[in-house]
Amino acid sequence: MSTAQAWRAFVAQARVELLLTTRRGENLLVTLAIPLLLLVFFSTVPLLPPPSWGGRQVDQVVPGILALAIVSTGLVSLGIATAFERAYGVLKRLGGSPLPRPALLGAKTLAVVVTEILQVVLIAAVGALLGWAPRGGIVDGVVAALPWLLLGSIAFCALGLLLAGALRAEAVLALANGVYLVFLLLGGIIIPLDHLPAAIAVPASFLPPAQLAGLLRGTLEPGGVVDPLQAAGLAAWAVALVAATLLTFRTE
Amino acid sequence: MTAQGTPVAGAAGSDAIVLERLTKRYGGRAVVDELDLTVRQGELFALLGPNGAGKTTTVEIVEGYRTPDGGTVRVFGWDPRRNAGKLRPSLGLMLQTGGLYSQLRPIEALELFAAFYPDPLEPIGLLAQVGLAHVARSRYRDLSGGERQRLSLALAIVGRPRLAILDEPTAAMDAQARRETWGILRALRDGGTTILLTTHFLDEAEALADRVAIIDRGRLVALGTPAELRRGLGTLRPDGTTAGVVPDLREVRLELAAPLDAERLAQVGRLPGVQALRVDRPGVYVIRTASAGDLLVELATWLLAVSIEPLAIRVGQGSLEDVFLRLVGEGDAAGVDGGGDAS
Repeated sequence: MSTAQAWRAFVAQARVELLLTTRRGENLLVTLAIPLLLLVFFSTVPLLPPPSWGGRQVDQVVPGILALAIVSTGLVSLGIATAFERAYGVLKRLGGSPLPRPALLGAKTLAVVVTEILQVVLIAAVGALLGWAPRGGIVDGVVAALPWLLLGSIAFCALGLLLAGALRAEAVLALANGVYLVFLLLGGIIIPLDHLPAAIAVPASFLPPAQLAGLLRGTLEPGGVVDPLQAAGLAAWAVALVAATLLTFRTE
Repeated sequence: MTAQGTPVAGAAGSDAIVLERLTKRYGGRAVVDELDLTVRQGELFALLGPNGAGKTTTVEIVEGYRTPDGGTVRVFGWDPRRNAGKLRPSLGLMLQTGGLYSQLRPIEALELFAAFYPDPLEPIGLLAQVGLAHVARSRYRDLSGGERQRLSLALAIVGRPRLAILDEPTAAMDAQARRETWGILRALRDGGTTILLTTHFLDEAEALADRVAIIDRGRLVALGTPAELRRGLGTLRPDGTTAGVVPDLREVRLELAAPLDAERLAQVGRLPGVQALRVDRPGVYVIRTASAGDLLVELATWLLAVSIEPLAIRVGQGSLEDVFLRLVGEGDAAGVDGGGDAS
């Protein structure tokens, strides 16, 4: 296949991936509606303990919601969609077509990145309306958070694909949603780990949701500090999950 | 070892697919068992066999989805796994299990696949050709089984493949859609595309194929044109080594307005010259005989004696179905032995 032909195949596949992203209503619910809803709710209803530095509630909610957005796109949305593409034989059919595998992966990556950009922009915008004032301002704060968003994205996309390439679609559907809920409540995303009992907080601190949320808090919260151990931990997870996915992914 | 009854035509360059002693095992059981087959360029080749005969496994090896445990497979001279990148643009595949994005519309799916090939067919025209113009903008999930099959066929041929490999292409289609699909496949073949299709419909193989291979339990049991197979040519012995066993397939087909009761059925079975008697369906009987002329006299005499007016009596060769049933051994259960007690 010529380069021009491969490019044409990639553009067509990317167009379809983006089209499908907009057509999967349940995906938009989990990637956009739920994070925004939780952002508004926990920023305005005083359920969480107030920030230790005495700032606004929204300042400690946004970093966790950004982490949640990444989890929902990679683990839930990508994982479940890919699991059903595998179950329905879409991946097998594409595998038998001339579409180069890098073009398929590139198209899926593009759909994920576009979704995440939309998520970050919307979360930052709604956060701004609620008075979000991260360290260094919103634009600089988001830019400073990009490396962690990227690293987390790799880890959670790999986790979603790991499940999608190994388990039945129905199992992935149940597991991804269940794990999402546990991460959301007990993974250090909404409730900061230091407000959870040690029996939950200590094991959770070794898992990628808490690491991603922790890194985002350290970067965005006034007076926050990035923990290099968390960064190393999340990077290790990303490498391990990508490797496991590459080793185990089955298209049938 | 040359197991084929028909010699390979021309040089190696004229063959689209060459299988040599192809073997695939699942859990120690040989699903494809030392299969030798050659599909020539430009022909419409049907792989016929009962469920579980190894048809899908065979085509999935040809398509590069499976690795054989033994033997070799070549498609246009290439190894379908190692040279997948070179082969894919020349192949159009219709999988039994190949689905699509449930939210995508047929026209979008066709435009997507058209973008994978350098000189594709025009998607809207192709959609109309396969009879899907009216659902062009429906979601894939809302299509019927037959409509999905037709879309699948369109996706397989949109890239103008040199070789189309179609696994049970008419499986979920109604009678009219099957006829239309046959027309599309003939036109495709006439346009120079080589077609390998699997089917368990005998009429499909008979109506469509230039050559038919019958496989059973992963082994080739017969190979030839439909006419050759009907005449009993091209049949192989179970060990796959000797060609040219000619079964006697002369038969008399008797059609009556009402089914015979057990006693009269037994009387027919005992008529001189009857080798085997099979109830095709109630009121329709197929009698195998060595001498059709003598049997006709006996049969007419008997019909006169019992005052039964036949709707039709036909003498002819066996159909492909008879060959098939005899070869794969499913006919025993349905057949009634002529010499014995036919109750």
